[in-house]
Amino acid sequence: MSRFDGSVAFVTGGLRGIGRAIAERLLAEGASVMIADLAAPGDVEADLAALGGAAPGGRAAYVSLDVGNEAAWPATVEAIRDRFGRLDILVANAGIGGTGPLASLTLADWHRTMHVNVDGVFLAVRHCAAMLGEAGRDRPGGSSIVTISSIMGLVALPQAGPYNASKGAVRLFTKSIALEFAASKTPIRANSVHPGFVETPLLIESSSQDEIDFYTGSTPLGRMAQPAEIAAAVAFLASDDASYMTGSELVVDGGYTAQ
Amino acid sequence: MGGVLDGNIVLVTGAGGGIGGATVTALRAAGATVIATDLRAPDGGDINLAHDVTSETDWARIAGEIESRFGTLDGLVNNAGIAIVARIEDETLESWRRLQAVNVESMLLSLQATLPLLKKSGETRAGGASVVNISSVGGIGGAPLMASYCTSKGAVRLFSKSAAIEFAMLKYNIRVNSVHPGGIETAMMDDIVARYVELGAAPDAETARAGLDAQHPLGRWGRPEEIASGIVYLCSSAASFMTGSELVIDGGFTAH
Repeated sequence: MSRFDGSVAFVTGGLRGIGRAIAERLLAEGASVMIADLAAPGDVEADLAALGGAAPGGRAAYVSLDVGNEAAWPATVEAIRDRFGRLDILVANAGIGGTGPLASLTLADWHRTMHVNVDGVFLAVRHCAAMLGEAGRDRPGGSSIVTISSIMGLVALPQAGPYNASKGAVRLFTKSIALEFAASKTPIRANSVHPGFVETPLLIESSSQDEIDFYTGSTPLGRMAQPAEIAAAVAFLASDDASYMTGSELVVDGGYTAQ
Repeated sequence: MGGVLDGNIVLVTGAGGGIGGATVTALRAAGATVIATDLRAPDGGDINLAHDVTSETDWARIAGEIESRFGTLDGLVNNAGIAIVARIEDETLESWRRLQAVNVESMLLSLQATLPLLKKSGETRAGGASVVNISSVGGIGGAPLMASYCTSKGAVRLFSKSAAIEFAMLKYNIRVNSVHPGGIETAMMDDIVARYVELGAAPDAETARAGLDAQHPLGRWGRPEEIASGIVYLCSSAASFMTGSELVIDGGFTAH
C-alpha cells in the first residue's frame, strides 16, 4: 500500500528537471500522473516508456501545453478527466528564468517570464480547482495544490528582477488561494515549495563555472540540491501527512535563506 | 513493513504531552527506536526516562544512556516546552526565567550533550542526522498575554537556523530545522484557553476557543498527529536538503 494509490496528479513542466523528479516520485508512490510540457506528443514516447506510461493502462500520460495559454486549458483538464477520471494533486511546477541587467530588459522579456511563471500558475489553479474540489471530498487531508516558487520568491539577487517578481507572486498567490479555499470550505490545501539551487540539466547547461561555484559556495550545505530532494518535499505536501498545512511555505534550500 | 526510519534511533523530549506523545507513536510507526523523556518518565517509547530538560546533569545522564545502549543518535526532537499566559505588567522575573530555561536553555543543553552522538550518526546516515526543534506560530508572530512564550519560541526559531548553518559549515552532516504548530488539540492549549478566560480576554472557554478557531483558516485546531507527521518527514532522509528551515503546520494561521 503506497501513499498515493488511487490518486491522480497533474505536474506541469513535468518532462525535465524538478518536474520530472516530481512525476517519478509520485508515480513511485502509486499515483497516476498526467504530465504537461511544451514538447509535441510524438517526441515524448521514450520518456513515457521510461516512466511506465506507454503500456496499456499505464499510470503516466502526457499532454502538450503552454501553461500561460488560457485557450489550451479546457482541453487539458478534459484530457485529465478522460484519462484518469479525477484530480487529487496539482503541482504547478512549470517555470522559466528571467534575469539580466535592468537596462537591457524589455517589456517582452518581462512578459515572457510572467506568462509562464505567474499566468501559468494562475491558469492551472483556475482551471483545475473544480476537479480538485471534487476529489478532495474523499480524502482525509483534502486535495493538494503545490506551487513551485523558489528561494528567489523570498530573497533577491541583483539582475534577477523578473524572476524574483514572478516567484514572489507565486508565493502570495498560493497563500491567497489557500485562504479562499479554507474560507469556502473547499477541501483543497495550497502550499508553496521554495527550492534553493537545484542541479537540473537546464541550470547546469545555462550557467558558467563561476555561477555554479556561487550556487554551491553560497549554500551552507555546500552543494546544490538534487531534483529528487525537491520531489520528496512535494510528495510530503501532496500527502495526507500534511493535512494541517495550508498557505505555508516549504523551503528546501540547504540553509541558503537561514543565513 | 519498510518504514522511512527503520533502524534509526530518535530522542523525543516532552514525550508525556500531546504533540510529544503523538510524535513518539509516529516515529515508532515509521520504524524508529524511540527514547521518550519527560519530567515524569512517559510510557510510549521503546525506552522511557525521567528528564528535566533544564538540567545539565540530566542531559549528561540521558546522553550517556543513549551512548551505552546505541552509540549513536539519528534524530533529536526537542519538543519539551511550557506556556505562560499573563499580562506583561503581572509577569514575574522568576516565572519569565523559568519559561526561558525550559523552552530555550534546553536547546543549548540538548545539542551540547548529544552532539557527539549526532555527529556519529552524521558520519554514515544518508541525509545526515536530524534535529527538530519545536517552536510555534508564536515564534513567527506575537500574541497578546503570551510575551514570554513568544520570546522563547522566536529564540528557538533563530537558534535552530544558527545551529543549522554552523553544523553545515563544520561539515557535521547534522540538519537542524524548526516546526511551527498553530493551535493544536492538547492539554497545553486547554490551559491557555482557561487562562484567557481567567484574565478576562474572553467571557468563557467556548468563546475563547471560537476566537482561536477563527484565527485558523481551516476552521479547526490541528491534531497532534498532524504535527507528528511533519516531524517524521524532517527526521527522514526525504528532507535531506532541508536545514535551517521552518515547517509551519498551522492550518493557515500565519498566511493571513
